[in-house]
Amino acid sequence: MTVVDWSRAQFALTAMYHWLFVPLTIGLSVIVGIMETIYYRTGNERWKALTKFWMTLFGINFAIGVATGIILEFEFGTNWSNYSWFVGDIFGAPLAIEGLLAFFMEATFVAVMFFGWNKVSRGFHLASTWLTALGVSLSALWILVANAWMQNPVGMEFDPEQMRNVMSDFMAVAFNAVAMNKFFHAVFSSWALAGVFVVGVSSWLLWRRSNVAAARSSLKIGAWFGLAGMLLTFLTGDGSAVQVARVQPMKLAAMEGLYDGKVGQELVGFGILNADKRPGDDKEAMHFEISIPNGLSLLANHDINSFVPGINDLIEGIEITPAGDTLRTVGYEERIAIGRRAQEALRAFNKAHAAGDTAAMNAARADVARDFRYFGYGYFDSPEQAVPPVALTFYSFRVMVMLGSFLLLVLVLMAFAASFRPRVLENKWVHYAGMVSLPLVWVCSQAGWIVAEVGRQPWTIQDLLPVGAGISDVPASSVQTTFWIFAVIFTLLLVAEVSIMVRFIARSSRSDIEKDNI
Amino acid sequence: MTELEILQAYWWLLIAVLGSALVFLLFVQGGQSMLWQARTQTERQLMVNSLGRKWELTFTTLVVFGGAFFASFPLFYSTSFGGAYWLWMLILVSFVVQAVSYEYRRKSGNVYGTRVYDSLLMFNGLFGCVMLGVAVAMMFFGAEFTVAKGNILDGSNPVISRWAPTHGLEAMADWRNLLLGVAVFFLARAQAAMYFVNNICGDGAFATRMRRAAGVNGAVFALLFVAFLLVLMFASGLRQGADGIFVAEQNIYLHNLLGMWWAAVLLLAGVVMALYGIFRTAFDRRWRAGIWFGGTGTALVVMVLFFLAGYRSTAYYPSVLDAQSSLSIANSSSSLFTLKVMSWVSVLVPFVLAYIAYVWRKMNAHPLTPSELHREHHQY
Repeated sequence: MTVVDWSRAQFALTAMYHWLFVPLTIGLSVIVGIMETIYYRTGNERWKALTKFWMTLFGINFAIGVATGIILEFEFGTNWSNYSWFVGDIFGAPLAIEGLLAFFMEATFVAVMFFGWNKVSRGFHLASTWLTALGVSLSALWILVANAWMQNPVGMEFDPEQMRNVMSDFMAVAFNAVAMNKFFHAVFSSWALAGVFVVGVSSWLLWRRSNVAAARSSLKIGAWFGLAGMLLTFLTGDGSAVQVARVQPMKLAAMEGLYDGKVGQELVGFGILNADKRPGDDKEAMHFEISIPNGLSLLANHDINSFVPGINDLIEGIEITPAGDTLRTVGYEERIAIGRRAQEALRAFNKAHAAGDTAAMNAARADVARDFRYFGYGYFDSPEQAVPPVALTFYSFRVMVMLGSFLLLVLVLMAFAASFRPRVLENKWVHYAGMVSLPLVWVCSQAGWIVAEVGRQPWTIQDLLPVGAGISDVPASSVQTTFWIFAVIFTLLLVAEVSIMVRFIARSSRSDIEKDNI
Repeated sequence: MTELEILQAYWWLLIAVLGSALVFLLFVQGGQSMLWQARTQTERQLMVNSLGRKWELTFTTLVVFGGAFFASFPLFYSTSFGGAYWLWMLILVSFVVQAVSYEYRRKSGNVYGTRVYDSLLMFNGLFGCVMLGVAVAMMFFGAEFTVAKGNILDGSNPVISRWAPTHGLEAMADWRNLLLGVAVFFLARAQAAMYFVNNICGDGAFATRMRRAAGVNGAVFALLFVAFLLVLMFASGLRQGADGIFVAEQNIYLHNLLGMWWAAVLLLAGVVMALYGIFRTAFDRRWRAGIWFGGTGTALVVMVLFFLAGYRSTAYYPSVLDAQSSLSIANSSSSLFTLKVMSWVSVLVPFVLAYIAYVWRKMNAHPLTPSELHREHHQY
């Protein structure tokens, strides 16, 4: 494996570990806020106890989320040094704003949340709990603004003199449509995850017939909150599909394992990919599939008769208009040629700059500006290098959607049972459903990020900078070493985290949660 | 000065402010390195819980320091982090293990036992301080890197910033860097002792020992820091001319200090305040405000160090391999547009500082006592 592979592996490792903890932090902070609000309004001590019970689990999880987060920020520098220079002028800003506006808010008020019960007024404590939740979501906002910008680079222009991209429109970066959708999709999915977590733990307590009243109250809040989160996740997921179709059509094609698209394209509900299939060959793409007619056209364009391009179409540059006319857009061979031209023009600019030849500089600058759109393709030798790993993207997408649908059903069941048919919650099969959902929601959430991040390969910045050109000048063996160091540390910490949580929940089940947590 | 130069100077000031806040808050790390000096379990509990309410502020300040550096001087970010790989990785690992140790150390089911987590806290206390000091010292004594932006057009080897194959290990082996690193470590310990005196209402013996620790660590720090200042004043550095060319200059930091009289005043004030805080804590048994004098003094001194490194067209990251690759605030900053946007955002800094100060006052209104710890639902 090369340094690019190890750098990617290390970043993926850190991001995936980070995302084990962050969604629970995002969602549970709101659930704890809701519980404490009920306590504040009713003065009922059992709600204080429930707040403290879930807050303890929040705290165990919060610490390890913070631990994995710091590495991610610095890895942009340590492992993606070129990236940091090439787009740091745009990318650094949301990161700094995240720290200033969100992290300080979290760090300050989380201390009040844990240690302020006897030091500040009830109102101030409640405000601190909500400010922590707000800080958590704000940090998600800014990091997702940064992430979305990589997938849809807007609000910037390339400056050949500085050999980098510079920001030209902050509002376009901060409020780009992809960012807003990504933010809501990630945050609502975190609500769903935390809801399922609360439902899962409560189901276990009910199954053990321990702390039944506390478990029922928690389950009701978790189920309704999780249901709201899951429905909104589906809604924003639909928005994501439309955006991906427009901004990253190659990702969409990979998600579907689609090579040759057509008008009224079906959606693969389930299928087995042909692992030998390559772009441009005449092998079948699927060994087997169950499809929904016109489904992908509807999903991608909200029009059942629209054309959805496949991988081959994109490489060839084929587009079909709603009227049925075939259009030739810019194919990937051509993009590679344009990208090389842009890079050549940039070399010419450098030469002219060194020679102080203003006229040649201006001419080269104009050439760079004209061709910069496909700058990153200039690093490729063949169009296949611009195709993401299809299998991982395809299967992850299916895992995400199928598990999401299953979890939606569980949450509907739990929410209605908790509110309208309480006796259903005595059924052990309902308990099993709640407990099984708990690990599945994490698989679902991770699968979502795999679709988003593997599906956009090979780009660090869509169309402008492939991963191979974004790296640091560090030997592969060094990154390999740190990869394994982090893999071991994160795993040991995860083991401790889960063990502490399980022990805490098990111990609570043997006592009275409502008395223990006052 | 052009608008760009003003904003570059402003952002260097903000980096200096964040850096100085970080060094002040390293009292958390200093305190962690003193855990083995606790004589009883209760003492250690008090120390950990007293620090535990502040660790996230230090951690967050480090993260924001990194983020602000990225946003305002991205070439430093890509050069230093991607280059001094092992140095930064060691710093990061030490902070990763710190983040979980407070929360997990006494929780049942924590798998590895309290002693392991406490050792991790001590590891962070030692390495976090020393290595951050080493990283900052490179801003004066240079680093082994080159920058060639044209590299990005070489598909087979596209990296712009390249470093010596030792990737940061060489920086850890440079005695001048270590001198500052070890000085930071003893400073952090002296500050921690002052913080404990302020924040823990232990028995008389503990307070006495902490007062003595403030004096001893403070004295070691003072000696090391004077040595560092002497080395610094005799060191040579690089200054960037109007044509962008870096030229070597003997005693450049001494010249900078003499050229910025206000910085010299701040440095003097900082040193006096820090020493006053440390030694009055050591000798005046009823005085508990040492951390405020020590902390403010420390912050002033660190700020001046950043001013000496970056202002007056000095190379704040001199390259010892190729002088013209060196970084100055002029050649490594973000664009005018980004600096402007970020400057608008920085208007919120006083607001952030205000709520941190407000919450600190509210939470630290009374020193931590053993009986309070006993009553606390959530404790480390």
